Amino acid sequence: MSEVTASMAGSVWKINVLEGDQVTSGQDIVILESMKMEIPLPAESDGTLKELKVKEGDFVNEGDTIAIIE
Amino acid sequence: MTLDRTLEERSERIAKGGGEKYQQKNEAKGKLFVRERLRQLFDDDIDIEDAFFANCMDESLPSDGVVTGVGKINGQNVCVMANDSTVKAGSWGARTVEKIIRIQETALKLEIPMLYLVDSAGARITDQVEMFPNRRGAGRIFQNQIKLSGRVPQVCLLFGPSAAGGAYIPAFCDIVVMVDGNASMYLGSPRMAEKVIGEKVSLEEMGGAKMHCSESGCGDVLVSDEHEAIDFARRYLTYFPANFRTRPPENPVQDPAEFEKTLGDLIPENQNAPFDMYQLIERIIDEDSFCEIKKLFAPEIITGLARIDGQSVGIIANQPRAKGGVLFPDSADKAAKFMQLCDAFNIPLLFLADIPGFMIGTRVEKAGIIRHGAKMLSAMSEATVPKISVIVRKAYGAGLYAMAGPAFEPDCCLALPSAQIAVMGPEAAVNAVYANRIAELSEEERPAFIKEKHEEYKENIDIYRLASEMVIDDIVQPDRLRNELSNRFEVYRSKNVQFTERKHGVYPV
Repeated sequence: MSEVTASMAGSVWKINVLEGDQVTSGQDIVILESMKMEIPLPAESDGTLKELKVKEGDFVNEGDTIAIIE
Repeated sequence: MTLDRTLEERSERIAKGGGEKYQQKNEAKGKLFVRERLRQLFDDDIDIEDAFFANCMDESLPSDGVVTGVGKINGQNVCVMANDSTVKAGSWGARTVEKIIRIQETALKLEIPMLYLVDSAGARITDQVEMFPNRRGAGRIFQNQIKLSGRVPQVCLLFGPSAAGGAYIPAFCDIVVMVDGNASMYLGSPRMAEKVIGEKVSLEEMGGAKMHCSESGCGDVLVSDEHEAIDFARRYLTYFPANFRTRPPENPVQDPAEFEKTLGDLIPENQNAPFDMYQLIERIIDEDSFCEIKKLFAPEIITGLARIDGQSVGIIANQPRAKGGVLFPDSADKAAKFMQLCDAFNIPLLFLADIPGFMIGTRVEKAGIIRHGAKMLSAMSEATVPKISVIVRKAYGAGLYAMAGPAFEPDCCLALPSAQIAVMGPEAAVNAVYANRIAELSEEERPAFIKEKHEEYKENIDIYRLASEMVIDDIVQPDRLRNELSNRFEVYRSKNVQFTERKHGVYPV
């Protein structure tokens, strides 16, 4: 199991996957918008996307869990 | 028994270190014996060794647990101290400390690099009066390191623990290479942490190589085994002169690697879209010449040694792929130390700017982003080596300053056609200036108004306008950047300036 966490504070701009999707390591799961920049948050391992903890528009702080991959 | 035979026998015994049992323990952990480490490190082997017989009246402490001497790396003499972990876990007694101090004094006198091959449990408490508080006690090792800093390169290869006071040896080095799984650095062991503060934690979690190379920033390079650590040290030193008085050695001129996609193809038009700065770096430097430092720590800024036309150059580049390339306290720290390293040893600096600015928000303000940013600016500003600033895409706000913007006396500030220099990006600026106006408009009127103001703003900060105002010195086609850089670095080589006259600045650390 691995977690995708927010690398910095920002708001969730785009979610690229659905719960249950197969994801691969390095694939951008969510893109944050912060400092007017697109901040891709990639998966760190292959697996199934078990849970998405955010929805588009949410504010997240650095270190917050975004998704869980199993 | 003849005198010669006695010498031979005693030498043989000492050269074997602490005995078979400890050699096997080492081997099980993938560790090399100290003398084998030195054979691999040097071109040949250690050339001269002093105090081989240190503490020889005590048979259990061959060489008092440390080998010191001089050998050649890439043809250059370097001083070395190397702990022998087979002798009382590489711990320090009075003679161990004296040997380390003496080899440092040699490095200082000869002005040649000093290498520390660390694998030590720390001080022998039983010897503390002889090695801890006195004038030539362990404190003098650090005093010497601080004195050597910036005079000669100081490299630490961490093969095992560096505990308590010993952890300051890596801390005062220019660079620390850590072997994954074996190397560790900590002031108090997990056992002590549990006793004194009640924390239960593993050594790896509290002071392991991965942690230090990715979180604390105390480690610079994570390697998988000792061979890799030694290879790295030999390679690292090819970028450096023997001391601050000389220039880095020149290497044969080498073209960059060839790629199907050119820089022009790769740089996105949308300033806000991520872009992988490594792709730019590999297209402008000599093939295979990139030697990255602190790759795992604060990846939003890339720092590394490279060569352009065979000449050493230090690269500081924003990485939009990580945290948008925004500067944080850790990234400012990382860049500041790297710039000091390069400036100390006459390695020119190349800045590749693609930066939305310094991070904002409560978390970073509490972490002191302002003083960390100020530290980065100080290091950049004080560097008197040739400095070239390249604005790759955006350079907003203090980000422009941190990346050697025009006010900080770079030898030139170049822009790619994709460059955008401004206090802030168009979206943020229009919001800041017209917030009230936008609020007054109806939903239908807003998009057109905002778009119009964006366009006006973009015209105002157009890169040709900035070139016309001579803010930047030239606009360069991306695919001509390598050429432009090699021409300019060649010209700036004779730069010889003093930053200012004073004892030293008061650093905003």
